[in-house]
Amino acid sequence: MEKFVRHDGLVAPLDRANVDTDQIIPKQFLKSIKRTGFGPNLFDEWRYLDEGFPGQDNSQRPLNEGFVLNQPRYQGASILLARRNFGCGSSREHAPWALMDFGFRAIIAPSFADIFYNNCFKNGLLPIVLSEDNVESLFKAVEGKEGFRITIDLDSQQVIPEAGEPLAFEIDEFRKHCLLNGLDEIGLTLNEADSIRAYEERRAEQEPWIFQ
Amino acid sequence: MAGKTLYDKLWNAHLVAEREDGSALIYIDRQIIHEVTSPQAFEGLRLAGRQPWRTSASVATIDHNVPTTPFKSAAEIKDETSRIQVQTLQDNTKEFGITEFGIGDVRQGIVHVMAPEQGAVVPGMTVVCGDSHTSTNGALACLAHGIGTSEVEHVLATQTLVAKKMKNMRVSVEGELGAGVTAKDVVLHIIGVIGTAGGTGFALEFAGSAIRSLSMEGRMTVCNMSIEAGARAGMVAVDDVTIDYVKGRPFAPKGADWDKAVEYWRSLVSDDDAVFDEDITIDAADIRPQVSWGTSPEMVISVDANLPDPAAESDEVKRSGMQRAYEYMGLKPGMPVTDIKVDRVFIGSCTNSRIEDLRAAAEVAKGRKKSDSVKQVLVVPGSGLVKQQAEQEGLDKIFVAAGFEWREPGCSMCLAMNPDRLEPGEHCASTSNRNFEGRQGNGGRTHLVSPAMAAAAAVAGHFVDIRELEPA
Repeated sequence: MEKFVRHDGLVAPLDRANVDTDQIIPKQFLKSIKRTGFGPNLFDEWRYLDEGFPGQDNSQRPLNEGFVLNQPRYQGASILLARRNFGCGSSREHAPWALMDFGFRAIIAPSFADIFYNNCFKNGLLPIVLSEDNVESLFKAVEGKEGFRITIDLDSQQVIPEAGEPLAFEIDEFRKHCLLNGLDEIGLTLNEADSIRAYEERRAEQEPWIFQ
Repeated sequence: MAGKTLYDKLWNAHLVAEREDGSALIYIDRQIIHEVTSPQAFEGLRLAGRQPWRTSASVATIDHNVPTTPFKSAAEIKDETSRIQVQTLQDNTKEFGITEFGIGDVRQGIVHVMAPEQGAVVPGMTVVCGDSHTSTNGALACLAHGIGTSEVEHVLATQTLVAKKMKNMRVSVEGELGAGVTAKDVVLHIIGVIGTAGGTGFALEFAGSAIRSLSMEGRMTVCNMSIEAGARAGMVAVDDVTIDYVKGRPFAPKGADWDKAVEYWRSLVSDDDAVFDEDITIDAADIRPQVSWGTSPEMVISVDANLPDPAAESDEVKRSGMQRAYEYMGLKPGMPVTDIKVDRVFIGSCTNSRIEDLRAAAEVAKGRKKSDSVKQVLVVPGSGLVKQQAEQEGLDKIFVAAGFEWREPGCSMCLAMNPDRLEPGEHCASTSNRNFEGRQGNGGRTHLVSPAMAAAAAVAGHFVDIRELEPA
């Protein structure tokens, strides 16, 4: 997994609540058996005026000029500013894969759906929860200044806007540790293989039918 | 010391190790695998040179992008990318020695229909699948939730997940459900009350006399949509209904194991003195047949109501969401729900494709005809076994006589990964679980309803209150 230590980037604002993973990456693109290549179809139904399908040349498709990620001022954005309950719906990990593939490294929102939030950490994408008020003021700041940037420092758990006070965020210790070091979680868990085997032996006594 | 909730008990029983940083290693008893969210996980195993920890813990089937017209081999699937996924699952399950109910197997079906039907899920289990509707299986007093593909790989390799304990929420529905009010209406009403993120961070237990009065299949419908209320896991405590359902199923314990199992399963209820972080009670008498009108499952209303006015919504984020939904849905505030015309109808999905759902739809379809204004009515059974049972009961003939199409099992138009889909602008009465923009096809407009309400809309060409349906 890609490490996340400190990141400075341009911010793009996506001003709607309850953005679901069907919107982030529509189902026709889930037919891939790979983890990469989803970026051109991120937010496909909002980004393009026609209907997308896998394998087409996206550079030839008509763009929805009004959609935020198509606006010139947000080209090259790597931090997505979003509203509450971001990533709700389907558990598809293709959603964080698409966001990463597009170039996002962090998402800031007042809340995230549980499964999406969890999936982000497996891919080096950092979801950051800030209060509704702080998110609102960041929306205003981004709107107010073209090229508005934010620095995210994971070690000190701070979102540092180019203007204004740094904002602290919470993150689970284990997830932080994995992100900072780009750790393979499966490898870590397998270090505890003896505990897993001991557990299985205990369980098999009590509930043998589980292991048949 | 306060008593334990059902979730507390399930969590404690699966704790392998607790770490100093507050995370825990949780043992996973059952993993259900399908073709869409597993290829990258198997590929990960191969790249790292790892083997599955315990192959008998996994059971696989194909559902998300199989056609619902008959086909005998992967080669007959026209869509190339779908064909590759179906073929890849076959190859992966064979290579790693995992049981798959594949093409032509009568047990093939939607993951969350197949698993309980086979007894592959029994009370007290932890159950995961790379699908958010895994919560369905919590109806059997399991801790069941969806995971992403990296976690599918993690479970394959280690039979565990790194997790953090969720908070406890209970929603009790007390009293008797009115005529025409089904499990689907109950869960849609609950989502309308607590909101689409109301359950985020919680394990959600459904309780109360109205929930206990539901059949096992009805409870699955309710738990299925926990995720639409934000809760990854939904569950119902064990009672006689649970135990009667599991008995005799192919994977269920047998003989002396059965008696031992039942004795243990009886303990899988929340203690009387258990404390929930959130505890909500809903009066069953308040629940009427539901229809979703917008693009989030919380945008739901009773069939006899008029569509809500965004101007009356004080929360600015919600208000703008409602306005956007009206624009997308092509509807106007204040309009009666029964004035919404329907272009297509979909009866199926992991929410409502079991035999009782099909019986409810057939009861309405019997002696009636699809409205000429409705282009298509798809009836898609949840598994080969559901299909077989329905045909034994003659339900297929009732549907066909009514002008409905009787199809092969799969996820179908719930997410439209296969050829079953809406055209832009079409309104669909759907027994599925998500009314997101484009979910059933680019530009499609989904209205979530119960199977009986869907069949009634198919006959009338618009939504009708099932309680006022004239005799056929």
